[in-house]
Amino acid sequence: MFEINWGAMNQEVAVRMTGIVKRFPGVVANDGVNFEARVGEVHALLGENGAGKSTLSNVLTGLYRPDEGTTELNGVQVSLASPRDALSAGIGMVHQHFRLVPTFTVAENIVLGEKNKNLLINASEVCARVEQLSTRYGLAVDPRARVWQLSVGEQQRVEILKVLYRGAKVLILDEPTAVLTPQEADTLFATLRAMAKEGRTVIFISHKLEEVMAVSDRVTVLRGGKTVGTVETLSTSTRDLARLMVGRELVFDRVVRVGMSEPSNPVLEVSNISAYDDRGNIAVADVSFVVGRGEIVGVAGVSGNGQRELAEVLGGMRPVIAGGFEVAGIKVTAGKVRQSIKAGVAHIPEDRLHTGLAASHSVEDNLVLKSYRHKPVSKFSVIQRKIIRRHAVELIERYDVKTPDSATPVRLLSGGNVQKVLLAREFSADPRVLVAASPTRGLDVGAIEGVRKRIVEAADRGVGVLIISEDLEELLSMSDRILVMYEGRIIGDVPTVQATREAIGLLMGGIVTANTGISNAGITEPQS
Amino acid sequence: MRSPLRLERRLSQPRSLRWLVPLISIGAALVLGSILMLLTGKNPITVFQRIVESGFGSKTALRGSLIAATPLAFTGMCAAITFRVGIINIGGEGQFFVGAIGASLVGLALGGQPTAFTIFAMIVMGMLFGGAYAALVGVLKARFHTNEIITSLMLNYLAGILLNYLIFNSTSYWRDPRSIGFPAGKPLEARAWWPKFELFGVQIPLGFLIAIVLGSLVLFLYRRTRFGFEVGVIADSPQAARYAGMNTRWKIIAVVTLSGAIAGIGGASDVGDFRHILDAKGLQLAGYGYTGIVVAALARFSPLAAVGVAVVIGGLTNAGYALQGPDFQSGLVGTLQGLLLFTAVAGEVLTRYRIRLRRTTTAS
Repeated sequence: MFEINWGAMNQEVAVRMTGIVKRFPGVVANDGVNFEARVGEVHALLGENGAGKSTLSNVLTGLYRPDEGTTELNGVQVSLASPRDALSAGIGMVHQHFRLVPTFTVAENIVLGEKNKNLLINASEVCARVEQLSTRYGLAVDPRARVWQLSVGEQQRVEILKVLYRGAKVLILDEPTAVLTPQEADTLFATLRAMAKEGRTVIFISHKLEEVMAVSDRVTVLRGGKTVGTVETLSTSTRDLARLMVGRELVFDRVVRVGMSEPSNPVLEVSNISAYDDRGNIAVADVSFVVGRGEIVGVAGVSGNGQRELAEVLGGMRPVIAGGFEVAGIKVTAGKVRQSIKAGVAHIPEDRLHTGLAASHSVEDNLVLKSYRHKPVSKFSVIQRKIIRRHAVELIERYDVKTPDSATPVRLLSGGNVQKVLLAREFSADPRVLVAASPTRGLDVGAIEGVRKRIVEAADRGVGVLIISEDLEELLSMSDRILVMYEGRIIGDVPTVQATREAIGLLMGGIVTANTGISNAGITEPQS
Repeated sequence: MRSPLRLERRLSQPRSLRWLVPLISIGAALVLGSILMLLTGKNPITVFQRIVESGFGSKTALRGSLIAATPLAFTGMCAAITFRVGIINIGGEGQFFVGAIGASLVGLALGGQPTAFTIFAMIVMGMLFGGAYAALVGVLKARFHTNEIITSLMLNYLAGILLNYLIFNSTSYWRDPRSIGFPAGKPLEARAWWPKFELFGVQIPLGFLIAIVLGSLVLFLYRRTRFGFEVGVIADSPQAARYAGMNTRWKIIAVVTLSGAIAGIGGASDVGDFRHILDAKGLQLAGYGYTGIVVAALARFSPLAAVGVAVVIGGLTNAGYALQGPDFQSGLVGTLQGLLLFTAVAGEVLTRYRIRLRRTTTAS
């Protein structure tokens, strides 16, 4: 165990990692990484997926032992053997996937796992301390609330409070904004700045360039397991960072369409759909809209406003209470996945690896996850392995999936390649409609570019596309039209050419202005 | 104090481990067993020699081992079928009993009919009874999300009580009216006894052959059919299965029913091949269902491998019977079996994790 004397802050450098090497079978995840974070700064760790960011942070939090290299905290060389070691040395991690017990209160979650000499928890004392911390850093959350009652943003605040409560001097946040709305993200950034100002060190892991520019003091860029460099945020630009991160120039402008979108020729007609969420509350309320042939329609909204449920209804995974939808003029029985598949609805779910794919199954099996029932993949109920393999080899080639072979389990692929497998399968069914929920979330810039290109190509072939995303930039750069969902209703339908980030942001917050919104959630007409 | 060793999850499992680990496990069990024997003043080499000889060394030894192996092959398959798709049916014991009840019912009733017909009817009844009994577990799990470990375990006790009732506490059809002093099952007519086949002079029970055929069929079912594909996806990720339009509930019920049906055929074989009566006491003492779980674990939940493992475990058991005596404690074979399971489970962990040495932590 290390008791780092953070009080004696004579050091300017809070964390110094030198020559970190971490090997996994077949990969060198960290190949001599150097990293240095100063006291009182927000330091962004930027890199594509697979660049070694997570490995480096896992080394720093004691989850992995480096094969080579040293870690110094406040000038003291340490060897951290577990997250508990790291925490007692003052390093706290806020994970991307929360580690909270839903049925416990916020306060209970915060003290959970803490080494406590007393058997009983003094609830009021804990609550008071939590409240004190939350007001100090602008982390508004009720310590007595149960975690399942909280929004995603609030749950993240609990995670941050948890590490602050234990006195962390160095906070690592792994892609903290992936689950947040733009507004929530802004609040988080203010919190991070406040913590840095108080002399804590914030290490902010991200692959989103705008965020990094907005919040950090300095940026360290990793690529292929190596440190590319550390730069002052003020003296760099998104374009420079992107080049450092990817190693080449990227095009970020609005996508170029080849095909025509034909809003007057609908392929998907949704009329008056209402549906429950998993807890039996109304999640989708009387939603109607149309997607034309070759049209890309974006659905914006803060997560939890019915977008996911709407996508599940269209994919056939969720029954409706009322209403229905038609694909190419033919009514589809709602709540039946096979009906949706047959009607030509391709569905890219939010949870790609565990809903869209069977993670431990091979690439080739996943490529026939929806077509295994029919010839030629199965004949007389017998699976035709040779045909499946041939099919896989072809799609792997066409979609440029990076995989050792077609028998590799998809869970071993990188995020971008996982999404490629999903896209390959969904597009190989020759769909009429594509429903994509957060199709680029969690992907690195290179992969995002590829996924967007594939989706646009599909639209150019005449597929009607519905993209559900919390990433406004994405919707603004891809879609012809943006629908905004709020509390289960569509409260805005804006042609992208007229849309501004601010106006959509307001609609996402439920504020309807005269020229953008549809005041009473009526039927929306496609606009040309 | 923390252990200097720690486990790290393997990112991928090297294929060679699939063969290496079971071999190392068996080796480790033999070493541990030898230490135990040395401690009790025995020469392990002679003991192992004697076990191999009396388990597999002669035609008679092999015959006995196959008899011991047959029920374990069925219960082993029963466990393997469900365990490999993440359903923990530990009800092979009860399903075996109920299968025996069903098969003996029809065996007694049709005793006068031609042998082939009776045997066929016994197999079908064993299958139906065992399957239906297991279906209870499946329906409860699929419909009400009941924990199948608990329901299947409880149904084991229930099946035991049913056996006792039929033979000891009632004048049921199964009970021999002539057995007054000590109640026993009604004996099957010799015409309904299952035949034995001879291969290289070794007698092989019909049940064992059926087990091999079933093992191959189930393997085919899981590896090559649409049903197997679906069950595999459901086991991997229920959401993904739902997303692909698979009917999860029915598949769960089907798998559990199939596993029970196989245990039930085991029960039928127990009556037709070996005991020729419904032996309430003998069945409950044997504990085939629970040993079957061990067999399945050693076979790494492959249905066909379970048949092979059953022969090894059956041989050990058989040797234990043969060697029992003042110079050979009856517990020795059981201890060896226990060690084998222990090392096999430990080996299973090693295929998923690797051991790393924790360097002593120093602050300079």
